[in-house]
Parts: sequence; C-alpha cells; structure tokens
Amino acid sequence: MPRITLIEAVTMALAWEMEHDDRVVVLGEDVGVNGGVFRATAGLQQRFGADRVMDTPLAESMIAGMSIGMAAQGLRPVPEIQFMGFIYPTVDMMVNHAGRLRNRTRGRMNVPMVLRAPFGGGIHAPEHHSESTEAMFAHMPGIRVVVPSSPRRAYGLLLAAIRDPDPVVFLEPKRIYRLQKQEVEDNGEALPLDTCYILREGTDVTIVTWGAMTFETMKAAEELDKEGISAEVIDLATIKPMDLDTILESVEKTGRLVIVHEAARTCGVGAEVAAGVAEKGIWDLKAPIVRVTGYDTVMPLFRLEYEYLPSVARIIDGVKKTFED
Amino acid sequence: MPRYLRSPRPGPPPEYQEERLVKTIAEFRIPYHQVLDPQGKLVAELPEFAKDPEELLRMYRLMVLTRTFDTKAINLQRTGKLGTYASCLGHEAAHVGIGAAMRLEDCFAPMYREYGAQFWRGVKMEEVLLYWGGDERGSNFSGPQHDFPWCVPIATQCLHAAGAAMAYKLRGEARCAVSVIGDGGTSQGDFYEALNLAAVRELPAVFVVVNNKWAISVPLALQTASKTLAQKAIAAGMPGVQVDGNDVIAVRQTMEQALASARAGHGPTLVEAVTYRLSDHTTADDASRYRDKAEVEDGWKIEPMIRIRKYLMDTGAWTEADEEALKADCTAKVDAAVAAYLDTPVQPVESIFDHMFAELPEAMVEQRETARRFLNSGGHH
Repeated sequence: MPRITLIEAVTMALAWEMEHDDRVVVLGEDVGVNGGVFRATAGLQQRFGADRVMDTPLAESMIAGMSIGMAAQGLRPVPEIQFMGFIYPTVDMMVNHAGRLRNRTRGRMNVPMVLRAPFGGGIHAPEHHSESTEAMFAHMPGIRVVVPSSPRRAYGLLLAAIRDPDPVVFLEPKRIYRLQKQEVEDNGEALPLDTCYILREGTDVTIVTWGAMTFETMKAAEELDKEGISAEVIDLATIKPMDLDTILESVEKTGRLVIVHEAARTCGVGAEVAAGVAEKGIWDLKAPIVRVTGYDTVMPLFRLEYEYLPSVARIIDGVKKTFED
Repeated sequence: MPRYLRSPRPGPPPEYQEERLVKTIAEFRIPYHQVLDPQGKLVAELPEFAKDPEELLRMYRLMVLTRTFDTKAINLQRTGKLGTYASCLGHEAAHVGIGAAMRLEDCFAPMYREYGAQFWRGVKMEEVLLYWGGDERGSNFSGPQHDFPWCVPIATQCLHAAGAAMAYKLRGEARCAVSVIGDGGTSQGDFYEALNLAAVRELPAVFVVVNNKWAISVPLALQTASKTLAQKAIAAGMPGVQVDGNDVIAVRQTMEQALASARAGHGPTLVEAVTYRLSDHTTADDASRYRDKAEVEDGWKIEPMIRIRKYLMDTGAWTEADEEALKADCTAKVDAAVAAYLDTPVQPVESIFDHMFAELPEAMVEQRETARRFLNSGGHH
C-alpha cells in the first residue's frame, strides 16, 4: 500500500475515476502539461490525453460556466481553481446555475461537477492566495462543500464528490498538502459524504474543526490530555450538508463545545455549528460554546499570517474557557 | 488622455494611418445578410429551403402563433393571471429563424424571450406560461431534454453553451450548441470568455446576439462603441456576421450556414441578428419613459411579419382567407394553452425540497417538515 501525501491522494483519486469513468474530465489553468501549480494533476494529461485534462484559457467564470455546460450534457467535469482567492468570479455560476439547475428544471438536468480549489493560509504565499471562504459556498442552496483533512479522506471524499450527481465545492487545505503521509489503498472506495469523522475520542470537551486546523487541534488535544482534559476531535469534513447528529451525540457526552476554524469569525461555518448545537443540544452544555477562529480582518500577508491562524495555544485557551466557572 | 481616445469614431487619427507608423497585418470584414427587404422585396438569391413555399409557411405560421401567444401572455399579466412576462414582440423572425435552422439533437441555451425558437423545438405554450406564472415545472419543458432552461442572469448561458459544445466535441458527436443573448449581454465578461474559449477550442457552437437596440432603458449607443456587435467575434478569432433579424429567411440561412460550419468542425460563429424591441422590456417596464414614440413607429415599419406575409402573398402562396383562418387557429391554440396553464394545480410544498439534490440530505428533512406543517400559513398573492 503506498504511503502518500494529501495532494498525491487527490491525484490518485482523479486518476482512478478517470480510468474507470470516461465521463470524468479535468480542466483548469495549468492543470495539463504543468500538472497544476501544486501538482495535483501531475501526470494526468500524459496518461489520459489533452482532451480529458484540459488547460483552459485564464478565466474562472468560464471554467465554472463551461463545467456546468459539460455536466448538464452528461460529463463529469472536475475543474480546478488555482487558489481560493481567484474563486470569486465563479460565484455567479455556482449560486445561479450549478446549485439551481436541478431544481429549476424539476430534475430534468443536473450538474455533477466538482469545483476543486486549494484554500487556507500558512504557506507564505502572495496576497490573495491564503483565504478560507468556505462559508460563502456553504450558504448557497444546492451546493455541497467538502474539505478533506488527511490523505485517506482526500482520496475517499474526492471519489465520492466526483460520483455525486450534484455540484460539490471541494476545498483542499494546501497547508497540509504535503504535511503527512498515510497509507492509502488505491481501490476506488469512496468515503461517505454528509458525515463527520471522529479523529479522536474524548469525554470532556468536543472540538469541531476541519481542514488544516485538524492538525493544530489534534496537537492541542494531546497537550490537554497531559493536563487531564480528554478532548473529542471531530473533523466536519462535509461542511454542507452538515452532520449535526454526530456533533450533538458528542456534545451530549462531553457537555462542552469548541469550534476551531481558520476563516474569519463572523458568519463563519463555526456560527452554524454553534447555532445547531444551541438549538438542539443546549441542555447538554455545561459551559458556553467557544469559537477559536481567524479574525474579521483581511488575511494578513505572510509575515503575520500565523498570528491570524488559530494556534495550538489559542485552541488550548479556548478549551480551558469552557472549564471556567 | 491619449489623443486617439479623443478622436472621432470610427478609426484612428490620421497619423496612425501613415504608412511609416502602421502597416496592416490583419484585416477583417463583417458581412451583412438580408434576403427580403422590409417591403417583402427579394434582395438576394433565395436559399434552397425558401424555394419550398410549405417550408416558408411553416415558419410564418409559427411566427403568427408566437405573436398571438405573446399578446395573450401580456393580457394575462395585465389581468393578474401571470407574473412578470418578457415579451418577444418584434423578435419573431429572429427566434423562429434560429429554431428552424437547428436540429433537435443540437442544444439550445436561450435567454428568456426566445419562444419562437423553443416552440419550433417542441416547448409548449402552457410551459412558458407556467414559468412566468411562478412554477418551476415550466422549465421542465417538452422538446429536447438537453436544452437549457430560460436564463435570467445575463450572458451566463454563453458559457453553458460552450461547455455543451465541448461535451459534444469530446464525445465526437455531430451536435452544436446555440446560445442567445441580447445587445446588453455583449457587455458581459461571460460573453467574451465564451467566445474566446469556443474559438480557441474550435467548438461546435453558434453564439447569437439578438440586437433589439435596447437593454431595458439603455440604448445600444451607451452599450458599446462598436459599429456592429458581430465584430466582437473578431478579437476572439471567429467569424462574425450580421443579419437582418427581421428577415426570417436570412436568419435561418445564416444560422444554417453557421451550424453547418460548426458541425463540420470549423468552429464557432457569432451571429448578430438586428431587430427592434417593439414591446417594453418586460411587463414590469414602461418603455415610454425612455424611448421616443417616433423610434417605435419606425420599428413597426420594418417589423418581421409584414415582409414575409407580403412575399408569401406576392408569390401566391398565401391569401387573405388563409390569413384569417390562421389567426383563428392560433387564437384557439393559445386559448387551449392558457386553459391548460390555468388548470394546472400548484405543486405540493415538498416540491421545493424535492430537486435540491438527488436525495434530500438528512440535514434538510426537518425544514421540509416545517414547510409541510405550516402549509398555507403565510401571505398569499
């Protein structure tokens, strides 16, 4: 079984699905000969040809729009947006068309596309290359938002996303693209969408997070363990639709909830998690919910980016707040 | 400001035309096509299809049906039986010409008033009414199931057509995609992005701009400094042609040529069909606020019905009696469609959840229960 990184798992999933479903087409800027600026599509054009791994003109609305057209006519396009900072021209296409076409045609047409983009900070990238705006897409009816946080989940969730008959925004935490290697069997087995993954069981506090922040969160959980606090860590994985049941079950057990995300706080996905638990599980809570998030500032340039990203210390501090009287 | 920006259009100032500064490395032309002039006089050779009077009558009959439908739809809106409706008055030749040139296996990506083309392709009148009557089932229409529904966000459908054409090309299918936008749509980035993509990939697509001179209240002169909209094709690297959009024969012929070229693998074409919006933008608009009466009167002099009817009568293919019979027939068909529309019950409330995803996510089940529980508890229209 190969030990591979998260980004290699993305490539492996794309290759598996292209091999087994000739409707799958990869497209985007520099995805072909160059294999993607992060190498997510490395080798795919050589293997599957320039018709199925297409370098497109440099226009993001076009990439999303043509993907919708292709998807509606029976293909399974997997467009790549080079960085999340450049994803905004796709918003019109995603909210007005991708998320609506099935509904507006009463199921006559559907849009099985996966819009992939690397997201998040922490790689010393230039301006506009470090944002996390998953909440924006999560707010769009008809769109699934999926964030993998390990090689295995990247492989299984991407396969599931491509096989899903509806549009998925698949956001890849680029900070952990190569952070960790895992054994991933290239067996074409998808993981379920619309479900959380419990990364670590615990009894005293539930920490919900996703993407790259799972790493800081797991470290924080280990530190807390030394202090006698047992944290359960949940990877949200599918941001929308959200698997609130798993979170509620955990909170019922622990009585405390901390949410950790990289994105700005206001109207972030953390607010949705908190509201869901407040609505359905508030009587299980022994303490107010705490959010540890990015600030409502512009993502700073890289000299200060780690001041913006929640640190292990901030997460520990957030957890300890739930133990204050 | 650079001097060339201040120079009167068209063309650069004289010093730029001097040989020593500029040599011509590329030249372009925009052809214009018209077969029948506004008075119904033949000004070009008849294309093959138009030599068959029955084929011309097929188009003419649908143009009359479309106008009858349009008049009725506006009346329905005025009497509170239809929501906001986008009229196609004056566009009948452009729309029917497009529809008649296409094959059913081709893909149509319209904006929101191309009823003539859609009726040709099998969309039913009651389905158009359902859509503007506030019911999604209108977009689950009859006719080719691969046709895109009406597209309200301007010019986005150009990219959907390009994507559809890409799908056909990748699969090696001899199919084309046709999108329609208005003159205002040519100001959108998506329009240029679609043209650029289609040309660079030689996609089997035809991009139609139905230039009716107005984008709601904004006249063409404020939309573009270009002499034609067809020339927008040039920068993308594809042919652009202008056609008299009130001449159904010329529109169909131009479209057939563009489609044949696309089908043969020669790539896309931009077709500008010049017409005039005789109606308000929609029933929610009052064009008298921004448009001169005289201009509209001029529009009526060149509108599409007169010339084809005159031509058919001059050639003996059509009589006043035929005309009367057709009008009665169209009225009956439209009345039947209106009855079918008005008799269609409202969808169950669950329907707003039924088609969000292939399967309703667990997270939305409770919302659906709420909608059921509070059925009819809200305000009514």
